[in-house]
Amino acid sequence: MILYDYILSPDAYKVRLMAALAGVKLDLRAVDVHPGREHESEPLRALNPAGSIPILIDGDLILTESAAMLVYLARLAAPEWLGDGDAAGGARIQQWLSFSPRLTDHLGGARATEMLAEPGDLPALQQAGIIDLRQLEAALIERRIEGQCFLAADRPTVADIACFPYAALAPDGGVSLDPYPSIRLWMRAIRMLPGFIEMPGIHRLHELKPEPLSTETPETV
Amino acid sequence: MTTSSQPMIDQWYPVALASQLPPEGRATQLMGAPIVVLPGEPIRVVAGGGRDLPVTVRYGHVWTSLGEPSKELFDIPEADQPGRRLVEVGVVRVRCSPLRAVENFLDIAHFPFVHTDILGAEPHTEVGKYDVEIREEEDEVWATKVQFYQPQAAKSATGGITTDYMYRVPAPTSSVLYKTCPARPGDWDVITLFVQPLTEELCDVWPWMALFDDETPTTDLIHFQQMIFLQDRSILENQIPRLLPLDPGREIPTRADLTSVAYRRWLKRHLFTYGAQLVAQ
Ligand SMILES: N[C@@H](CCC(=O)N[C@@H](CS)C(=O)NCC(=O)O)C(=O)O
Ligand SMILES: [Fe+2]
Repeated sequence: MILYDYILSPDAYKVRLMAALAGVKLDLRAVDVHPGREHESEPLRALNPAGSIPILIDGDLILTESAAMLVYLARLAAPEWLGDGDAAGGARIQQWLSFSPRLTDHLGGARATEMLAEPGDLPALQQAGIIDLRQLEAALIERRIEGQCFLAADRPTVADIACFPYAALAPDGGVSLDPYPSIRLWMRAIRMLPGFIEMPGIHRLHELKPEPLSTETPETV
Repeated sequence: MTTSSQPMIDQWYPVALASQLPPEGRATQLMGAPIVVLPGEPIRVVAGGGRDLPVTVRYGHVWTSLGEPSKELFDIPEADQPGRRLVEVGVVRVRCSPLRAVENFLDIAHFPFVHTDILGAEPHTEVGKYDVEIREEEDEVWATKVQFYQPQAAKSATGGITTDYMYRVPAPTSSVLYKTCPARPGDWDVITLFVQPLTEELCDVWPWMALFDDETPTTDLIHFQQMIFLQDRSILENQIPRLLPLDPGREIPTRADLTSVAYRRWLKRHLFTYGAQLVAQ
């Protein structure tokens, strides 16, 4: 399975992360998005007319939306990441998958403007990103009152992976996460998952390194 | 801008990648002044009021100055050495003082903590003794004989090696580092940090490399460097105070390493204080 990838792209990272969590091996093809704008080149436009990455190719199947890629990887190798099939749970997952492009547009837009010096209306993007974060925070508070720490089920699902990277990287776009304690706890729960991988700006949990005398196998990821 | 920042006005600064200029030009800033970098033959840089600024195109970048540079842009002889791959890494914007961006680049001690398992790893955190000098003839800061253990020194490295480094500061916001080349022991890879001061607390950083490496695809080289620099960015944006402290009275700031001490001393000597704060005694 081939992933056209960019190390700084949160949408591509979602797919790398889901693959790592599901134990699927990807054949990564690095795309020179910045500064080369290779994603807009003829060969890549032939795969994805939208000119965006990631692009996932498995045989005849060409996917250009990261949410679809998450569902595909989960269905192939880790179906528990799709919830347990009840109507409300399934709808909740779909709700967050559809919500996730707003994070790409707003927090991702603020990040591209603030970090990669791309043109954009930074205050407007940040403001829109804050509205998204508040919606995420409110939902996570409700989940926690019901005793659950993930977005759509009592376990992590593709919905969490779809929303996690741009939320975690909000500070790259000059948006602080300090006002959102539930988002921060949720991010911590995701970073604790066995098989978790990092991307630049999203670190492993150093604070979970083992105590010197601990005998149990620690989660260092 | 204060008059005390005047000496830095006459320096050259990178303002764009020559190969990446959009047709409408790159509208940007230099030391608080709006400028536009216009593509064409020759490339032009125009300041407010339509004034044309001096332009040099070198090391893949467009360089300009708001003042009157008394010298040509510093030389990197390795840039013209046959067999090297010249790698344009692009721009990363950092909310920090341009001088802090350079100072962090000179500091090797942060490798194990910021670039964990790549440029450094615990328990190999010790930086051995090395030489630092201000070379009077070239008017540059140099650190030589720096050695450090690295798990993955470069994209082309296949395991941990002890890497030799040399650092060079030829201009207040540019630094050049030379490090052991895994593919050609005996030669040096060249990695630079060219910093464009947008304001005293905001800069665009343009890393650039001249490497001996015939194997690794260019995109992978770019991404390796971008990954490293983004790790620095998160540190740089959280430094306090935001401006680089230059103590006007005492010579040696405590708790700073030797290269940083020499860099600050050299900045102070030239009154290169855009992005610095002078700490009262
Ligand atoms: N619908 C896509 C959107 C992906 C997307 O916007 N990717 C960004 C990089 S993170 C991109 O390719 N941007 C191209 C550009 O900014 O020109 C998905 O989620 O897979
Ligand atoms: Fe660093």
